Amino acid sequence: MTLYTALIIMGLLGVVLGGVIGIFVKIFKVEKDARAELALELLPGANCGGCGKAGCADFANALAAGEATPGNCPVSSYEQRSAIAYALGIDAGPVEMKQAVVCCLADLGAEEIDYNGVPDCNAANLVAGGPTTCRYGCLGLGSCARVCPFGAIEIIGRVAVVHPELCTGCGKCSDVCPRHVIRMVPAGTTVHVYCNSPEKGVVKRTFCQSACLGCRKCERMLPGRFKFNEFLALINYDYPIFLQAEDVEKCGCPAGCIMTEANRYQAAKTASAKGAK
Amino acid sequence: MKSSRNVMTFYGGIHPNGDGKRLSCFNCIQSVPLLEKYNVILAQNAGKAPIPVVKKGDQVKKYQLIAKADGFVSANLHAPTSGIVSAIGEIQGTMGIPTMAIEITSDGEDAGSAPFEIISDWENADPALLKQRVIDAGLVGMGGASFPTHVKLSIPPEKQVDTLILNGAECEPYLTADHRLMLEFPEKVVRGAAMIGRILNVSNIVIGVEINKLDAVEALEKYTAKYGVNVAVLHVRYPQGSEKQLINAITGRTVKSGTLPMDAGCVVQNVATCAALDDAVMRGIPLVERVVTVTGEIVAKPGNFRFKIGTPALEAVRLAGGVTAEPGKLVFGGPMMGFAQRSFKVPIGKNTSGILLIPQEKAFNFESSGCIRCGRCVQGCPMSLIPCLLSTAIESGRIDLAAENHVMDCMECGSCAYVCPDHRPLVQNVRRAKAELRRQLNSTKGK
Amino acid sequence: MNETVNTPTDIKLPAGDKLVISSSPHLSSGSSLRKIMGGVLLALLPQIIASTWLFGFRALGIIIYTALCCVAAEALWCKLAAKDVWRNISDCSAVVTGVLLAMCLPVSIPLYVPPIGALLAIWLGKQIYGGIGNNPFNPALVARVGLLIALPAAMTFWTPSRGMKSAEYPEIERFYSAEAMEKIKSGADLDGVSCATPLGIVGTTAKICNNSPEAEANFADISGIALQKRYFWGDRAGCLGETCVPALLLGFVILVALNLINWCVPLMFVGTVALLTGIINIAFPGVTPYAIFHIFNGGLLLGAIFMATDMVTSPITGRGCFFFAIGCGVLTTVIRVWGNYPEGVSFAILFMNSLVPLIDRWFSKRPFGYVPKR
Repeated sequence: MTLYTALIIMGLLGVVLGGVIGIFVKIFKVEKDARAELALELLPGANCGGCGKAGCADFANALAAGEATPGNCPVSSYEQRSAIAYALGIDAGPVEMKQAVVCCLADLGAEEIDYNGVPDCNAANLVAGGPTTCRYGCLGLGSCARVCPFGAIEIIGRVAVVHPELCTGCGKCSDVCPRHVIRMVPAGTTVHVYCNSPEKGVVKRTFCQSACLGCRKCERMLPGRFKFNEFLALINYDYPIFLQAEDVEKCGCPAGCIMTEANRYQAAKTASAKGAK
Repeated sequence: MKSSRNVMTFYGGIHPNGDGKRLSCFNCIQSVPLLEKYNVILAQNAGKAPIPVVKKGDQVKKYQLIAKADGFVSANLHAPTSGIVSAIGEIQGTMGIPTMAIEITSDGEDAGSAPFEIISDWENADPALLKQRVIDAGLVGMGGASFPTHVKLSIPPEKQVDTLILNGAECEPYLTADHRLMLEFPEKVVRGAAMIGRILNVSNIVIGVEINKLDAVEALEKYTAKYGVNVAVLHVRYPQGSEKQLINAITGRTVKSGTLPMDAGCVVQNVATCAALDDAVMRGIPLVERVVTVTGEIVAKPGNFRFKIGTPALEAVRLAGGVTAEPGKLVFGGPMMGFAQRSFKVPIGKNTSGILLIPQEKAFNFESSGCIRCGRCVQGCPMSLIPCLLSTAIESGRIDLAAENHVMDCMECGSCAYVCPDHRPLVQNVRRAKAELRRQLNSTKGK
Repeated sequence: MNETVNTPTDIKLPAGDKLVISSSPHLSSGSSLRKIMGGVLLALLPQIIASTWLFGFRALGIIIYTALCCVAAEALWCKLAAKDVWRNISDCSAVVTGVLLAMCLPVSIPLYVPPIGALLAIWLGKQIYGGIGNNPFNPALVARVGLLIALPAAMTFWTPSRGMKSAEYPEIERFYSAEAMEKIKSGADLDGVSCATPLGIVGTTAKICNNSPEAEANFADISGIALQKRYFWGDRAGCLGETCVPALLLGFVILVALNLINWCVPLMFVGTVALLTGIINIAFPGVTPYAIFHIFNGGLLLGAIFMATDMVTSPITGRGCFFFAIGCGVLTTVIRVWGNYPEGVSFAILFMNSLVPLIDRWFSKRPFGYVPKR
């Protein structure tokens, strides 16, 4: 008898609760766009915000509504973009692949200032102008490395270095950096000017031995390949071809702040190993 | 000690033990010899920096206007001595960021006459005339905030101000500049206070002084009856000299969050500002020098000095007899709210109340392993915030949570970080959150 | 008054190459975690001495052994979690946890129990949440409750204290079985002799004959004047640290003098228990003994002074602490009077610990000059 009572009660409960759930599902039904869900499934799902939306779900909605093209997602690969475009039946759109570069060689030549406080660039930058003499240089406290969804930034010694093979160009690091020392450049470039200070060369050289002098030698050697912001050389990315490794020598930069990514990484490693000793 | 005094105070706050005032509080204010060069920073006031009216190579007289106020929230600048403008360019400023400054090479004569007419009958003078004098003399809040004084004295017609409070609390440890000023020049302070009272048309004028400066209280009281000013004695407690806390201690009123003291019917001015106004009215000279405490355990002869604006910190330390050991920190202002400097070349500004040298062994003080929720910061917070939770929220990136918990009400007095047994950088975290929130606010406004 | 400074030539000027920049304030009160923990240990010292006097040198040995176990557990965790071992040990928090845990153990505890307790306290009670400051529950109490549930026999085997071993006093008879009393009277070796705690007797009485005249007589009997004196000096069976009232009060004074605890918490905690048990005792004398019996017995004072005031696991605002202490008191009374366990302090504190985040939220302070949002 007890067994039957239990069975009946449990059965009734199941029916009642199931019914309640059924009713609630009907009442609180959320209309979802099937296309948006499909797109969300195909997106990388890093929620990095590189597309300018709040996250992948937001971007998927925009895709479904036709407000964006798969090309706006800087993170996804060519295959992913074409898959989304195919699935939604839309055009993949123009693609502008970017990558981040930390344009600073503070570990190679800048003088150090003792700083004691929160190990965060944005916080440190508020204290007496930050723990570097150069007010354009990398602080090396790793705010960018912490926001990078892809783990592409490594703090080596006193500066951040981007690993180009991991960087997807979402631009989060560039947004968080208080010094704006992280520049977003076209993906595929391998040679950069590793300095961010537009101050006069004489001023810069008083505290940083590896700063761009603003001597314009690079421009004379390779005309048209460089632009200038006051006393800072910048690479002209509008030029039809990118600078290659062999061009570094041709520039003959006296400060040595034009270098390839590979050399930059090596130099940082060597400098930090030296500093550790 | 007069036990009959009614001693007032506020809620929260801390009492720094070993406040270091004895290092310098017994030494008279000393005048200093003329230096070769003065670097007068343009941006010496909150708001817009004034525009230079002299060029490189110009001959200037002492007290001559060298930079003119740019707009309402800005203050004039005057030459501290006679000589030649040898450079106008960027130098290391007090906030660590390079700022524009005018370098004046002294001609050794220090010659110049008072540029303004002396208003000896100020008690019957037009308040507008006195207020114009405040603007002409380039007065700013000399306690630290360096807000142009005339802005605080411009009360919109819809607001009623009935109390003028003079801040002589000097709650910051180590500093004694205001103490010595009140002790040695009480009449200047009291008369200046009465002048500000006349500008504001306020009869209730109170000078708040902490009880550890009873000698200054007695000195002030010799003149209070003559000028119709009162002295309120306050408990020794930091941050007694903060505007909101001072108003609360003296009048019992509460300045609502997000409003100004004038909304509570009060105006607060520093006593050094009063003395400067008195100079401007009775001697007709602008603000070109101020009393600065040069102190610290490693300073050879700590004391108070009357420095010209633009004196580099190194020269100030030289006049104080040099150091006995290499300092680990150079702080402009008091130890609780002052700014650490990166070099001794930084010049004294209108708001530099002290130059503090901290020994190397005391220089590293933030080394945190984690909050233990002891609640001392909560007890110490004069604004009744919960600093430990704010800081934890900010450290984990939840600036929105910090904003919900009124992080913007924090005045960065440092009481929390002072008492924290874990030496957490609470104030710096709060500062970062405030900067971030202000940035967000501006960007939404921009849209 | 205005003298001019003459510049001497041979003065030492700062080079300025050692300048550190940091955010204000540039001054610190000089308090540190180690000093706080040292203060707590100092406050525990009277208790350590009292327990050694009452229960013999084995008590001191147990305290040191447990503390060492806790330090070892902490070191092991830090090693495994690749944390800085010395930095974590040197703040002395593991020592305090160890001593507090030992205070909750009976003197006869088998030697395999403290290491288990240490692992429970340090690993399960503290480090698993991220180390000191992040633990929601008092580590020592987590270990005590864990041991009480897992090893009830070892944790409730009470041996007599110093004054309980002589047959001079007739009032001690009720704590022993007839057989054990024989042993005491004959002056035989007392190894392995167990006795009951007063709260244990109350619990058993309540189970057998709750709210009856017999129970009332029994309660009056157990809280007589001679026994109350005994309870006050701590001469009864019980955990190491809970018995001696004067030593606990001295610890309280030390903690308050060093500004390590909010004095409200112990007062409100004990006050609430006293008030509630007093009311219940007057209304139903057969349900529970006098209030004073409840204050002197069990771990109430130890819990109120050392456990409920733990900085990490108590609320941070004053009003929150007030509520927390009252809650602890109410729960303790409820468990003692109606619960299955004779003692409820540890459960009450742990339960209130779990409410601390909520209490912090409910009783958060209004900022100075707060304007309610419209």
